[in-house]
Amino acid sequence: MTMIGLEIHCQLTNLQSKLFCSCKANYREFEINENICPICIGLPGSLPRLNKESVKKATVIAMALNCSTPEKIAFFRKNYFYPDLPKNFQITQLNIYGDTSIGGPGSIMVGDKKIRITRIQLEEDPGRLIYEGSSSKNQITLVDYNRAGTPLVEIVTEPDFETPKEVRDFLNILSDLLENLGVADPSLEGAMRADANVSIKGGKKVEIKNIGSFHDLEKAVHFEITRQESLSSRDIPIIQETRHWDDKRKITVSARSKEEELDYRYFLEGDIPWIKIDSKIQEQLKSEMPESISSKKERYVSIYDISSQVADVLSSDKFYSDLFEESHTEKTAKEIANIITTDLMGLVDTREKRESSKLTATHLRELAEFIQSGKISRNSSKNALYEIVKTGKDLPTIISELDLGNVSDASELSEIIQQVISEEPQAVEQAKTNPQTINYLVGKVMQKTKGKADPTLTLDLLKKQMDI
Amino acid sequence: MNLKISALDYIQEVKNGNVSAEDFVAKTLEQIETVDDKLHAFLSVNEKAVEQAREIDKKIKSGEKVGDCFGMPISIKDNLCIKGSKTTCASKMLGDFIAPYDATVITKLKQQDAIFIGKVNMDEFAMGLTTEFSAYGPSKNPWNTEYVPGGSSGGSAVSVSAFECVASLGSDTGGSVRNPASFCSTVGYKPTYGLISRFGLISYANSIEQIGPLTRTVKDTAFMLNQISGIDPNDNTTIDNNNEDYLSGIDSGIEGKKIGVIQEMIGEGIDPAVLSATKQAISKLESLGAICEEVSLDMVKYSVAAYYTITATEAGSNLARYDNLRYGYDFPVEGYEFNSYISKARRNFGPEVTRRMILGGFVPSAGHAGKYFLKALKVKSKLTKEINEVFKKFDLLIAPTVPVLPFKLGEKINDPVALFLLDINTVTANLTGKPAISIPFSHSKGLPIGIQLLANSKQDKLLLRAAYALEQTVTLPEVPL
Ligand SMILES: [Zn+2]
Repeated sequence: MTMIGLEIHCQLTNLQSKLFCSCKANYREFEINENICPICIGLPGSLPRLNKESVKKATVIAMALNCSTPEKIAFFRKNYFYPDLPKNFQITQLNIYGDTSIGGPGSIMVGDKKIRITRIQLEEDPGRLIYEGSSSKNQITLVDYNRAGTPLVEIVTEPDFETPKEVRDFLNILSDLLENLGVADPSLEGAMRADANVSIKGGKKVEIKNIGSFHDLEKAVHFEITRQESLSSRDIPIIQETRHWDDKRKITVSARSKEEELDYRYFLEGDIPWIKIDSKIQEQLKSEMPESISSKKERYVSIYDISSQVADVLSSDKFYSDLFEESHTEKTAKEIANIITTDLMGLVDTREKRESSKLTATHLRELAEFIQSGKISRNSSKNALYEIVKTGKDLPTIISELDLGNVSDASELSEIIQQVISEEPQAVEQAKTNPQTINYLVGKVMQKTKGKADPTLTLDLLKKQMDI
Repeated sequence: MNLKISALDYIQEVKNGNVSAEDFVAKTLEQIETVDDKLHAFLSVNEKAVEQAREIDKKIKSGEKVGDCFGMPISIKDNLCIKGSKTTCASKMLGDFIAPYDATVITKLKQQDAIFIGKVNMDEFAMGLTTEFSAYGPSKNPWNTEYVPGGSSGGSAVSVSAFECVASLGSDTGGSVRNPASFCSTVGYKPTYGLISRFGLISYANSIEQIGPLTRTVKDTAFMLNQISGIDPNDNTTIDNNNEDYLSGIDSGIEGKKIGVIQEMIGEGIDPAVLSATKQAISKLESLGAICEEVSLDMVKYSVAAYYTITATEAGSNLARYDNLRYGYDFPVEGYEFNSYISKARRNFGPEVTRRMILGGFVPSAGHAGKYFLKALKVKSKLTKEINEVFKKFDLLIAPTVPVLPFKLGEKINDPVALFLLDINTVTANLTGKPAISIPFSHSKGLPIGIQLLANSKQDKLLLRAAYALEQTVTLPEVPL
């Protein structure tokens, strides 16, 4: 049986500052080595100053993954030399001397399958290495410490996955969950990274390190299973080892065995006293937790009569569900849900587009109301939405500028209908005896108004003006 | 002008207009010029000290608000960061390191208009008891320059004792303030763990060490504590002392206080002169109304072993950052692979630091931690339990600061085990987080003997009160400079 376990590293990108200093947690906007201070580059004499908010956010993640949350947590030092580690040790958590990590055992449902979480820990991200030079002879390694000290939550699962697809489904659920909690933006580059361990029937466990994105994680797992199966089919034993994910070639490569022999000499980080997260604080955190995705979905279906499929899509994406929550009224809810899921999602399908979109909740509500009152056709509403996202102008302005409004003015429409009646005497006669054929005349009116005539009003007026 | 005055007297003199900060500081620099060639307390001297003192005098004259220190010259152990100053830890590894920020204690003293007269010598990275492990040469004991001044804050003790400053800041990991204070006849204080912020103190064994003042009088120590103690957001291990005034009530005596005499600290190997001084101290305390009784701390016999195991483990980790990539000394990195570079660069550590880092790589390692590191932690927690029990019965504890007299330079440096035993009376306060003070008490063959008092956690005020009472019974000769 194939067994896959994961170690997910998730940056708490929504925090203001790093784990132990006041440098920015969002280091991405800085020039190289501009987001640093004596603490995060480990200058002599500097001490870690714990960011309490990070403890809260990490605890909330543990709660959302149904993990046990101890009342007291501690930090440990993991000692090893590496150029991206300013102190040559990493401040992290550990459970070997009792449950002292942010989160203990928990679980999450992926479809019908329960995936067990082993533990959750809070730790600091190392700096970033940049390699320059083409040949090994002139290769140099540069270090950017902007990332060093960014709060990182490590989520370790039991080896409960059997297929790459289960891994993918889990990752989707997890990243939606993290985003919904407001703790992280999984779409940021490098915000989510992972290690995996993979073993197939009869083989030893192989660890894959260094997987830079969720997308690659599924690929890496897939590659590794195929590699192991191919070895197995040729009766070559699968040895226990650590392999690295080669980002460019999209394969796993055996790491030097040296890395497995590292002894991290873990011991308690004396510079950070034990932190109490008693039941009172835990209850407070629980009460402040945002509504879960599943509860949102249920609410959308039961209260607004939104279809289960639409509710599913809408609730699992924080950006859209926030927009929905902000814009909808009882009357417009269903219409807005449809606009978001059928039109808007296609328009702003990337992070950049979301950020540059000029659409507001008011726009969305107005658009739904215009559709419902027949001021704009569903067809034209797509064009209007496109313009709103692009320009942020208000709906009436866009309708008049692009001439998108329905012709719902009775006298204007009467004139056009009169024209059609006089141009189509035959059809008029036919309609009088066979009401089914009146649609032909409606079509003619639509042609003349380029589809903007309000269909209900057109029909009413036609009947009236033909005396039927 | 008299340099041989206490900090409190200095402040009074300046306030009264008898002395100007500029004159006093200039005179102090002259003294350094005169005596430091043979004492070697200083690693660097503040060239701007006179200028800074002049600014403070201006403030005083113009009636502006002046900080509590009134331009008092203070020496600073070279493991405390002063912005813009070389901070070497007496190591070649940090030979070119200029601190880009101030330690919290430095910030606080700056705000109170102290003058940092210079950075003083120490054992490399505070590992040692004689300053002989300084990469820049040892300091000498002002009472007899053939003798060691103690360590690791040897430069601090020498500079106070030889009037090269009014007070000094050192650090105490296992006795590094109290030991040289005892050897040089100054007051040396190790506060309750967490009372003084360690932010800006270059870590050796962070879970047990504290910054501590070295002064001429107990009252001066209380004054210094008033300036530098208290909670600090930059050090999560600091405790809130509610802005305690350590000077108030310091002279209210120790009538009726119960004092335990730690038997394990006056046992085998103790110098007879030290033992007799201790007995004298006990009878003086009794004459002041205290009740002294023998007390036993069983775990003390394991304390030095536990101390070295814990400090080596923490040092191995704390000193790992010195890979010379971001700061350190001049040694170009080009052409090296990471591991070969750092193993070359790190050869610049001295022998004692290297010895302890090797030990620190071993005792907490997988397969050995149970036998060494975890056992040491157990001793630490048992010792703490034991001393907490004792403090249910006693207000204070007494022992000699060091069981032996100062010894000659080079005499014991080749015998690490003998050096280690010098720690036995001081490490208990560090392992248990308790406050302890060494005060000058007696002399033998022209060499100083210090007496140590300990109190329970956060009982720093009581400890100072008792030390002050005992200090009043003592008359000591003047240092033969
Ligand atoms: Zn920083």
